[in-house]
Amino acid sequence: MSATPVMNDHHHTHHFDGSKNVFGFWIYIMTDCILFATLFVVYAVLHTHTYGGPHGKELFSLPFVLTETMILLTSSFTYGLAMLSRTIGNKNIVIGWLWLTFFLGVSFLSMEIYEFHNMVVEGHTWATSAFLSAFFTLVSTHGLHVSMGLIWMLTMIFQINKHGITPVTKTKLTCLGLFWHFLDIVWIFVFSVVYLMGAI
Amino acid sequence: MLETFIGKLSNPHEVFPYLYEPLSQQLIILSMFVFIVIGGIVVVGGLTYFKKWGYLWHEWIISVDHKRIAVMYFVVAFVMLFRGFVDAAMMRTQQALASGDSTGYLIPQHFDQIFTAHGVIMIFFVAMPLMFALFNIAVPLQIGARDVAFPFLNSLSFWLFVTGVILVNMSLLIGDFAHAGWLAYPPFSELEYSPTVGTDYYIWGLQISGLGSLLSGINFFVTIIKMRCPGMTLMKMPIFTWTVLCSCVLIMAAFPVLTVDLALLALDRYMDMHFFTTGFGGDQMLYVNLIWMWGHPEVYILVLPAFGVYSEIVATFSKKPLFGYTTMVWATVAITILSFLVWLHHFFTMGSGADVNAFFGIMTMIISIPTGVKLFNWIFTMYRGRITFTSPMYWMMGFFVTFTIGGMTGVMLSVPGIDFQAHNSTFLIAHFHNVIIGGVVFGYFAGFTYWFPKMFGFTLNERLGKCAFWCWIIGFFVAFMPLYILGAMGMTRRLYHYDASTGFQPYLIVAAIGASIIALGVFFQVLQLVVSIKNREKYRDLTGDPWNGRTLEWATSSPPAFYNFAHDPEVNCIDAFWYDKQKGLDVDNKPKIRTEPYQDIHMPRDTAMGFIISIFVLILGFAMVWHIWWLAIVGVVCTIGSLIIRAFNYDIDYYVKASTVEAIETQHLQEMAGVKR
Repeated sequence: MSATPVMNDHHHTHHFDGSKNVFGFWIYIMTDCILFATLFVVYAVLHTHTYGGPHGKELFSLPFVLTETMILLTSSFTYGLAMLSRTIGNKNIVIGWLWLTFFLGVSFLSMEIYEFHNMVVEGHTWATSAFLSAFFTLVSTHGLHVSMGLIWMLTMIFQINKHGITPVTKTKLTCLGLFWHFLDIVWIFVFSVVYLMGAI
Repeated sequence: MLETFIGKLSNPHEVFPYLYEPLSQQLIILSMFVFIVIGGIVVVGGLTYFKKWGYLWHEWIISVDHKRIAVMYFVVAFVMLFRGFVDAAMMRTQQALASGDSTGYLIPQHFDQIFTAHGVIMIFFVAMPLMFALFNIAVPLQIGARDVAFPFLNSLSFWLFVTGVILVNMSLLIGDFAHAGWLAYPPFSELEYSPTVGTDYYIWGLQISGLGSLLSGINFFVTIIKMRCPGMTLMKMPIFTWTVLCSCVLIMAAFPVLTVDLALLALDRYMDMHFFTTGFGGDQMLYVNLIWMWGHPEVYILVLPAFGVYSEIVATFSKKPLFGYTTMVWATVAITILSFLVWLHHFFTMGSGADVNAFFGIMTMIISIPTGVKLFNWIFTMYRGRITFTSPMYWMMGFFVTFTIGGMTGVMLSVPGIDFQAHNSTFLIAHFHNVIIGGVVFGYFAGFTYWFPKMFGFTLNERLGKCAFWCWIIGFFVAFMPLYILGAMGMTRRLYHYDASTGFQPYLIVAAIGASIIALGVFFQVLQLVVSIKNREKYRDLTGDPWNGRTLEWATSSPPAFYNFAHDPEVNCIDAFWYDKQKGLDVDNKPKIRTEPYQDIHMPRDTAMGFIISIFVLILGFAMVWHIWWLAIVGVVCTIGSLIIRAFNYDIDYYVKASTVEAIETQHLQEMAGVKR
């Protein structure tokens, strides 16, 4: 493209406006927030519509979900450590924390799937009642987001390995971080509204 | 066995339902087939004969240039407008005929699909793309930016919209379309009562194009917040950009609700869930509430940019600054907020009680106050202005009258007691066509005429534009005033057949005549395009400023170079370009020629990824409609895979050399100098 690559590089770092991407991603998260808010509304309306099927009280095991919650919260913490270690400049440390976050995320997801599996085996599926439709949809929408976050995290691990810690990968990590912490906040609401309030 | 591989495609009743229908219906379908095939042959043949495939690919399909994307939105929207209009004409004909012993020329299931398709297409595939076309052509230029914030995302949004268009129109050829009305109320749209693929086409078509709309909303919001040229503070933005900003806020707040609502309906249909079913604790009114929590803001999503267009036009053609800029901005913001507080007026009859109905009734009435402010602002802008009566001004004045009448009937309907009587009657139909055609459609046509020279470098024939306007407005009143009367007489909407003693027929015949007058208007619009393109040298505008405009989009050439502005513009007040022209004292309204040296310009690279991803999404949508599960998995995997490939591409932008910019600008200046001689 150019005969003076050094010059071009300078341009590139100078002009890469990560703030636009981060701001745009914030806005996207706000729309996702509304998506979850709508699902919470649906759950709030339908949570009493058990149609003779089981209530949350009979289905939820609080210690199990609390473990799930702690794992996800820890993953948010390890992601924070990955973000902090960006400044050290050693990409391997960043990648290490990302792998740890990834495995915590996978553990969370596995527990969720295990919980769903148990319910379905006991005959309480999403087709049982409007309450369970809303429950499975709300919780698995969160799970789907976590899965997407995990795929994204894998691609970030490879990108950082390939490109190192550059303004571009830094910005991408910031966006993924926003996403990951956002999913944590949503989960806190899921835990409180669905599990805690359901179990009382 | 076969079903595992090709899903519902293995059932001929599902794939070709019309083979089992009466001959009269088959003839209608056949003529449509012939029309589509001939149209396809003409397009494909023409592209091949003139060897334009490469041009189409390189210059348009993979382009991330907002000006190109605007043109593509316009093209698809006008094709869809034609289809939506044909649906309307078929409905009007059916209702004009189907009195007493006659049952018209359509069978009920076709009539139902037609009114559903008409609503869906007109809102999602005509009004929305026309709006995004206007966003794309005007916003980056008005704020002095080189492109939108995320050009690749812009291209992806467009192609996702096209995917939705393809899915909805595919239902003409294989399978059928939804028959449950444009918002697909359950339980009628549930599997039990709508077992065919029609509703699934509806769900996936809207879901995919809706995703495109949401991404566009985010994109333009960030563009306006982050990319305004130096000096352009929020209160110095052109008013159109303001309305786009508010419209984007509404898109971002409302579309996720639609996404969820449609997804829940899909889960009911695909996964045997019970959100909206009649049994198992489902709640239909939950769907209705959610769909209108999106649906009411949606009307304002559409009409706010139209208000913005009117504001630009009235100032330009009255040669005066817009009256009450600040009140205009606050009126827009007020409407944005209020639009989320009125959704329940779409179903006062739900039975939520007097208190709730009163609240929503009052909120609805309040929304007419900021709208009234706007109307007075426009009128006062015209007052003592030096008005040029161009066709955009015609559309605007037609809008004043039409929209005001529509607004009045809206206030009538906002009284719950009246609404109980008029609910689901043709009075309502007349009301919302009154505001949507009078407000949105007229506004978009005005905007199209106004910015057409910016897109192509020549103006449209004025005389034919005015003919089109007169046909549209007269046709509109002839077609819809009878519906008010019919509604008052008790005629419900979506009526397939009625008894002769009702006395509906004469009014419906008048309405059908009105529709044909509108058809004449459409004919004039097509003719206007043909004549203008043919005589484009005569209508050529080399100044880039054919209307003596006030905002930055007129400060650059038409069509602008792909980088929009050779130098970053700078403003210090509203209508800065206008005052620059006054100070420059250049009689030709030539943009001020800058003498500082050109610089390298940072631009995004074109990419085919938006197009490719949309193809995979189309495969996914098609597979889901026809229950071909393996293909759906392929679609998902390929979509995610191509997104990852895109994420790994770090070479997404480049620099245009200053020498290239200089060559392009010099050529343009020479062309302008040629005119002067």
